[in-house]
Amino acid sequence: MQALSSTVLALPDSRVLSTMRRQHAHLSDEALVALVARGDEPALGELYDRIGRVAYGLAYRVLRDERLAEDAVQEAFLALWRTAAVFRAERAKASTWILTLVHRRAVDLVRREERRRTEPLGDEVAPGAAHGEATEEAAWLRFDRERVQAALRQLPDVQREAIELAYYGGFSQSELAERLGVPLGTIKSRMFAGLARLRELLDESAPQGSWKPEFTS
Amino acid sequence: METGIHELTAGYALDALDPEDRRTYEAHLPDCERCRDELATLWEVAGALAVATSGPEPSPDLRGRILAGARAEPQVVVPLERRRRRALVPVLSVAAAVAAAVAIGLGIWAAHLSNDLSSTRSALGQQHEAADIVADPDARTVDLAKGSGRLVVAPDGRAALALAGLDPAPSGKTYEVWVIAGARPPEPSGLFSGRAGADLVRVDQMVGSGDIVAVTVEKAGGVTKPTTSPIVQSQRV
Repeated sequence: MQALSSTVLALPDSRVLSTMRRQHAHLSDEALVALVARGDEPALGELYDRIGRVAYGLAYRVLRDERLAEDAVQEAFLALWRTAAVFRAERAKASTWILTLVHRRAVDLVRREERRRTEPLGDEVAPGAAHGEATEEAAWLRFDRERVQAALRQLPDVQREAIELAYYGGFSQSELAERLGVPLGTIKSRMFAGLARLRELLDESAPQGSWKPEFTS
Repeated sequence: METGIHELTAGYALDALDPEDRRTYEAHLPDCERCRDELATLWEVAGALAVATSGPEPSPDLRGRILAGARAEPQVVVPLERRRRRALVPVLSVAAAVAAAVAIGLGIWAAHLSNDLSSTRSALGQQHEAADIVADPDARTVDLAKGSGRLVVAPDGRAALALAGLDPAPSGKTYEVWVIAGARPPEPSGLFSGRAGADLVRVDQMVGSGDIVAVTVEKAGGVTKPTTSPIVQSQRV
């Protein structure tokens, strides 16, 4: 389990993504959450510096509106601020938890706003176009992104469709059943089989061992 | 073990369950280690889907707004929803709904490590009801005369307390909620154990116009008449 969760998620332990200038740059994401729980504001800022860009990219993908996407990210980080005390690092990575908060909030907003994607969700922005800086961080993110996109492409079409419309489009299972004209049970099965397969594909394509670049002395 | 419920794990990890399925699934989780393990893994897969997105950069001042918002805690004032249909709906109800959703998710995560599953489940059920109340756009909020947070009252009289920073009750003690209607004796309206950070607490009795909702610390198991002075007390509804 531990080995799995360290390889499935593309986002690496983002220590490697931060710059050394920052006050908390040497701390793990999980240690930062522990500091946030004690009211440490710079720790919250550092988590935002590490995860905010991906979080915003996710919220924007769901909401397609810059202000709403920022609202979703802001609310998720404030929820983190309020509730960091109950986070338990043993079972989950802090970055996963934060992205879960962001996604849940974005989906809530998109459902309320009826700002629903009706088109298949292609990539509007060319890889790297929005992240002009040629930093190590951008390179890692691009690598991860390409790996996940490649895994998605290997899914059977109906499974990919169910997962993408649900996760990026914010559609509920019953909405998908209606939209795609298939029974609800079929949607549930496709989503389950698709996500299980995606997990296998991500495991297979994960580099051996740690995501962190190896520094040898 | 029921395949049907197990299969819902994927929809839950993608935030795609319809409300009824979501409630069913969350009620099931405390009892099913297999689903909890599976969910932890599928949340990681969903995280990978998040990384696969690319888009514009957030505005440079978002970071500052987040830190300013954190500084303003525990007021829970989130500047959002400007284009919302009812501009006067208190921002708190939105923020509290987020806090509730978060707390529910967190409760599940915490349950991974906790052997106290029955209390986790009961807390989750209570939070669901409280979340329904604070998510009601027609609910109104009432300031607290004592304590930090708000009272949220739905039009039908159901109510919930959104409390900030009430530490867990001391050993052998519990928090007890009271509804005080006019000159009548306070009515016992539920027990809760408290938790660090934001907490949502359902009020078990209906709350009417002019009522006051209060919280006292009592011996474990609760009492029928308050024995201490309130640590939380609302204005009149």
